[in-house]
Amino acid sequence: MIDENLGLPVKRSVTLLRILIGWHFLYEGIIKLYNPDWTSFGYLATAQGPLKPFFTALTSDSIIGWVDTLNIVALLIVGITFTMGVFERKGAIVGIGLLALYYLAHPSFPGMPAVNVEGNYWFVNKNLIELVACVVIYNIPTGHFFGLDHFRKKKLIKIS
Amino acid sequence: MKWTRRDLLKGLGGLPILGAVWWAGAATAVGNRKERSEILEVLNIEPSLPPTVPEITGEPVRVGIIGFGIRGEQLCRSLGFATNEWMEDMKLEAENDPKHKALEDFMNQDKLNVKLAGVCDVFDVRAEKALRSFSSEDNKIKRYGTYQEMIQSGDIDAVVIATPDHWHAPMAIEALNNGVHVYVEKPMTHTVEETYRLREAALNSKAVFAVGHQHRQTLSFKTASDVIQKGTLGHVSLIQTNTNRNDDNGAWNYEMHQKANENTIDWQQFLGTAPQIPFNKNHFFRWRKWWAYGSGLSGDLLTHDYDRLNCVLQMGIPDSVMASGGVYTHNDGRNVPDVLQVNMEFPNFSTGSSQQQGKEKGMTFCYSATLGNGFNRPTILMGHDATMELGNRLTVWPDGGSTRYAEMLEAEKMRPSVPIYQYNPGANMPDAISSATSQYFADKGLMWTYINGMRVDSTFLHMREWLSVIKNGGKVSCGIKEGFEEAISAHMAGLSWKLGRRIEWDAANERLKPIEGIDFDEVLLSSDFQPEGAILVG
Repeated sequence: MIDENLGLPVKRSVTLLRILIGWHFLYEGIIKLYNPDWTSFGYLATAQGPLKPFFTALTSDSIIGWVDTLNIVALLIVGITFTMGVFERKGAIVGIGLLALYYLAHPSFPGMPAVNVEGNYWFVNKNLIELVACVVIYNIPTGHFFGLDHFRKKKLIKIS
Repeated sequence: MKWTRRDLLKGLGGLPILGAVWWAGAATAVGNRKERSEILEVLNIEPSLPPTVPEITGEPVRVGIIGFGIRGEQLCRSLGFATNEWMEDMKLEAENDPKHKALEDFMNQDKLNVKLAGVCDVFDVRAEKALRSFSSEDNKIKRYGTYQEMIQSGDIDAVVIATPDHWHAPMAIEALNNGVHVYVEKPMTHTVEETYRLREAALNSKAVFAVGHQHRQTLSFKTASDVIQKGTLGHVSLIQTNTNRNDDNGAWNYEMHQKANENTIDWQQFLGTAPQIPFNKNHFFRWRKWWAYGSGLSGDLLTHDYDRLNCVLQMGIPDSVMASGGVYTHNDGRNVPDVLQVNMEFPNFSTGSSQQQGKEKGMTFCYSATLGNGFNRPTILMGHDATMELGNRLTVWPDGGSTRYAEMLEAEKMRPSVPIYQYNPGANMPDAISSATSQYFADKGLMWTYINGMRVDSTFLHMREWLSVIKNGGKVSCGIKEGFEEAISAHMAGLSWKLGRRIEWDAANERLKPIEGIDFDEVLLSSDFQPEGAILVG
């Protein structure tokens, strides 16, 4: 595996990155899971940018319930796979998809009014950075170094 | 297969993190929910349900429109009749901007059981526009030369009056005396004297009388009544309401039709009892700017704010009124002020108290208006225990010094900066509000309310209620009592501004306390009473 050649500092850094992203996703998912009044309606209804019609369509009565549920499930998947260090590559793909949607709903394009934003951004915002961080997690899996995958790796080694 | 302690640590190290984050998230969310439900339990506010109105069945009500200008057209749309021109315009608007829903909303509006039977307008172009749009083979609409002819024709069951203010009372009285139902625009009257005469006529008539304060249909105001009744705000000592506009339309500088001239306008009939001046297009189209026909901010816009609060609080006519202001933003010949501050005193009024008996009593209603700035100042009710922002949405914040919520504030279950109650019947609807002026009207409940997540024109609901009472009996929400209170309060404000003096109400005798040497109605109608400090041009 590629990462066998990686130095310990890299493994540790990426593991830390993975756990923190997992932590972030997990907490967001749990807060929404335990709050029956939460809905992504506001975020989607105020969407901007080229995909605005798509996001606005998601707010229709028949769909919004599914959108909310899927969002929570996706957040939990990323949260659990990243903190536990198992199936993290699948988790990373889900995370990349989710963050891409978040980014595109409120892209930091010049000329667009910033809605519900706490900083100043020009194309690059925190969603985009976290998305790229998920790409790193995808490319450098560390679950076997710290996570449930450690047991799977061991099993593999035993069998071989 | 044997795992060492090191293996377990590396393999299961994520588990405590997962557990901790999960626990923290769940505890926070559940805690917030518990806190919220505890607050809601304490407040016990019941969001109001949409109004139910008995069906309007049987023969359609034959309605006559008197005054087919800007407001007259709007009222007809609420009755289900839109002009061809408007439909075309709105179609274009919707093509340019898919969010423009005026036409869609109109098409979705429930049909009322009415027949538009007659129109009366002194401007030929407007009357003909109504005939062209609404008259059909099945339903021939008649144009009447005067309102008397229409009312006495026997072909009209009900009239909608959307004329300049100085015509409201004479027309309404004529209709009521002839048993014809009346829906009259605000302000209900133009002078103090005719306010009494109109009340007399309404009380003695079997016909149904309604004043066009459509915001009474807004769900949030009904919920606001419950907020007040439950003592949520404690003793309200100050109410702040505002008008902020900064455009031609908002300053009553409406467009003047190019075909308007002495041949197309029955000028004499427009003037009526107003000072006899030669034909003047400016006065005809922009009558709201002169006391002779209109009543400026006090009659036109203060009345909305006053009635909104009277609907929520039922505070009635103020004991006294003081007003000031001037023509500061549109020095264009008008004689009604464009900046106006009105303080209405209610020294014996109380919304209830959470403190020892007798400590709190009395309230000031403060109306502050300018036609030279469009910054949105919300309507605020300021109580000892909480503050409420009143609009199409309601928001209640606890007050840091509250007695009622002292324990919850102490325990940090409530925070002065965090609303304890929010009511937003349109929460599931993205709003496409086109301009600042329509935002202003929407916030005041004048444009629409929400029923089951659907946007509904509040004027439609108001007229439907009136028609239902005509057919089924019952009580209109803005009848003669409410109209009387609105008109007297507005006239007190106008008089105070003109005289630069405090105007007092004698509640026991139901009359204005006389001021020696002053004829109130003469003052109200005159154009040359100048308060100190204000310069009037014109």
